[in-house]
Amino acid sequence: MDHVSTAEHPAVHDGSHEHAHHEQSFLRKWVFSVDHKIIGIQYTVTSLLFLLLGFTLMMIMRWQLAHPGVPVPLIGGLMGIANAPGGIILPEFYNQLGAMHGTIMVFLGVVPLAVGGFGNYVTPLMIGAPDMAFPRLNMASYWSYFIGGVIMLASFLVPGGAANSGWTSYVPLANIATMGQTVWLCGMLFLIFSSLFGAVNFIVTIVQLRAPGLTWSRLPFFVWTQLVTSFLLLLAFPPLQAAAMLQFMDRVFGTNFFMPSGLVVSGQIVEGAGGGNPLLWQHLFWFLAHPEVYVLILPALGIVAEILANNTRKPLWGYRLMVGSLIFLGFMSFVVWAHHMFMTGMGTSISAFFQTTTMIISVPSVVILSALFLSLHGGSIRFNTPMLFALAFLPMFGIGGLTGLPLGLSAADIPLHDTYYVIGHFHYVVAPGTIFALFAGIYYWYPKATGRMMNEVLGKIHFVGSFIAINVVFMPMFIQGLAGVNRRLWDGGAEYAHAQDVLHWNLTMSQGAWALGFFQIFFIINFFLSMKTGKKVDSNPWQATTIDWTDTTSPPLAHGNFTKVPVVYRDAYQYSVPGAKADFIPQTAEEE
Amino acid sequence: MDMEIPYTVEPRPDTGLTNPKLGIWLFLASEVMLFGGLFSSYVLLRSGADYWPNQADIVNIPLATLNTAVLISSSVTMVMAWASLKMNDFAKYKLYMGLTFLAGVGFLVIKTIEYNEKFSHDFYPSTNNFIGIYFLLTGLHAIHVIGGMVVNGFLWGPGAKMWKTAPEQFVNRVEVAGLYWHFVDLVWIFLFPVLYLL
Repeated sequence: MDHVSTAEHPAVHDGSHEHAHHEQSFLRKWVFSVDHKIIGIQYTVTSLLFLLLGFTLMMIMRWQLAHPGVPVPLIGGLMGIANAPGGIILPEFYNQLGAMHGTIMVFLGVVPLAVGGFGNYVTPLMIGAPDMAFPRLNMASYWSYFIGGVIMLASFLVPGGAANSGWTSYVPLANIATMGQTVWLCGMLFLIFSSLFGAVNFIVTIVQLRAPGLTWSRLPFFVWTQLVTSFLLLLAFPPLQAAAMLQFMDRVFGTNFFMPSGLVVSGQIVEGAGGGNPLLWQHLFWFLAHPEVYVLILPALGIVAEILANNTRKPLWGYRLMVGSLIFLGFMSFVVWAHHMFMTGMGTSISAFFQTTTMIISVPSVVILSALFLSLHGGSIRFNTPMLFALAFLPMFGIGGLTGLPLGLSAADIPLHDTYYVIGHFHYVVAPGTIFALFAGIYYWYPKATGRMMNEVLGKIHFVGSFIAINVVFMPMFIQGLAGVNRRLWDGGAEYAHAQDVLHWNLTMSQGAWALGFFQIFFIINFFLSMKTGKKVDSNPWQATTIDWTDTTSPPLAHGNFTKVPVVYRDAYQYSVPGAKADFIPQTAEEE
Repeated sequence: MDMEIPYTVEPRPDTGLTNPKLGIWLFLASEVMLFGGLFSSYVLLRSGADYWPNQADIVNIPLATLNTAVLISSSVTMVMAWASLKMNDFAKYKLYMGLTFLAGVGFLVIKTIEYNEKFSHDFYPSTNNFIGIYFLLTGLHAIHVIGGMVVNGFLWGPGAKMWKTAPEQFVNRVEVAGLYWHFVDLVWIFLFPVLYLL
């Protein structure tokens, strides 16, 4: 704890002992902590639990899709008589599972892990800052997220169960849905506060607390992705908050913002409904949710970039091009939202505008992905577990991105949009894409956070198993989708004639999902076991160049990370510099 | 030695900003998007509605005009409070900050009278979409006023002790609170014509 092992920074001890040995109570240290590292770990653990929960909901859904109407084994009796009498999932409960799977995975799992977890833990270390700019705001951000998560979970217990109108909560369906929808809106309010606090904090931290010499062009790509992501969160979430308020008013105070005139529900005209505009919800929702897609993917690109540069022992190919593309991507992500709405009949000229911007935004995405591929060229690659996940990310995200192109064209989108093709497309982006990158990040920064390596054998089993299983889950979705099988069907399409030829894939995909679940056990065991038995490491086990590795202990010091302010002299990725003593030069190494 | 978080009081030379000042500007940018989303909703709802009431028949323009005056005055006193601190006159600061707080109270009292008048005419959010969004926008704005009053009240009362211990940081705090207060004022400057005059 007390020594810093880098040669450039002999430990400075003036008075550090009083503080280092100052005992903090358990509550203050682990629960109401203001230290970015603890908050990062809190975010990471909480969001991993939510990912597991969201995944479990999906495995229950996959049972229903593979064996419609057959009682769920083992846990069938636990789901409640109102949801699954005799263990058989009712359609209403299936809708709850679907809506909450999406909500949990996006808002409580992936984003909090990518931004709250990695952003919090790594960003201040990487820019040489003692903490986030506003530590108490950081704590408020985590606890707001936690409360939002608890409210979302509690919604399963209210009459009628959790929200069941899809994670998009389309109106007027969501307006007339059961009470769980109101609880969902309240939960979202807390999650939006959380992301607002976090976004402000990240931007101020990155702009203000960069170490001396860490100019914008020397900033690691990971930090750039966190910066752009934070701007998206800052500016895209408020319109959803506005939308949530409008929907809340509709549901609780009986306004008609989203209720069209002459609305008929179950054959009855709804009394008092009228004058509202259901499309307004979709516009406000997707104004958030499209940038949200980039919130999901950008931190993943940042993690992958760090790991690729480190394990190819080469500078990133086209760093400036990547940063430029990233910023352009951030701007463009605000003007593509209505490509989710081609089916609504909003008009061909609006569709034409949004399909044009969508084609434009695909360019910087392709540029970044190509730069990452080109970064591999000529490298002497180390195939460790983080690198394997990072390498797998590239083609998986590639598949996800390329299958999105037909969806960006309004004519091609119409037959594909409400089918499993869309499910396959965005899951390739988020699951074997982003989540693989997040796994890569966990394997990569675990030694920094704990001082110990994760087990490589277990890690490789986890990787190979997950890689095969996840493709078994998602690849057949394209086949089903092209055959026209609708998504969000309780029976997986069993009652449709046109689905019969591709129906057998449902069982294959479900088996893939369960296999995927099985291989996560290796990760869970590894995660806990390595804390006690993992190989001990010094400060920089991967021989990386960035400050998080070169100038901190593993784990970093509890108060302020550094014993003295790091000073940066170099670009982020000086690997294999000709004539240098080692094959990496720390950013903080002085020029000769 | 614990590392202090830099630039909480002194501006960073290359950005010219302190952390709180950048933070509040970012927060206000987010607020612009929130109210922007609601104003856009108002425009879309109104332009797409087959029936929209004559707003002037429902709202109370004289009361709202009075409230506009109250709120603009409070922005002036807020600037005076900050300027007094800059000129080292703490007593003047207490006076102007107190006036700013009282103006907030006045605004809310007038707002309450206005709301009561609506209820007494049986105008509820569910009556029609104009009244619905009127209550939503003015209510959200009133919550922002209350938030600003909590901060201003703190800086007038218990928070003012900081003037003795860390005067520079205290002036920064008042400035940041002022930026927020002016924003709340600015939102009203948009709300007033949109809901009352158009």
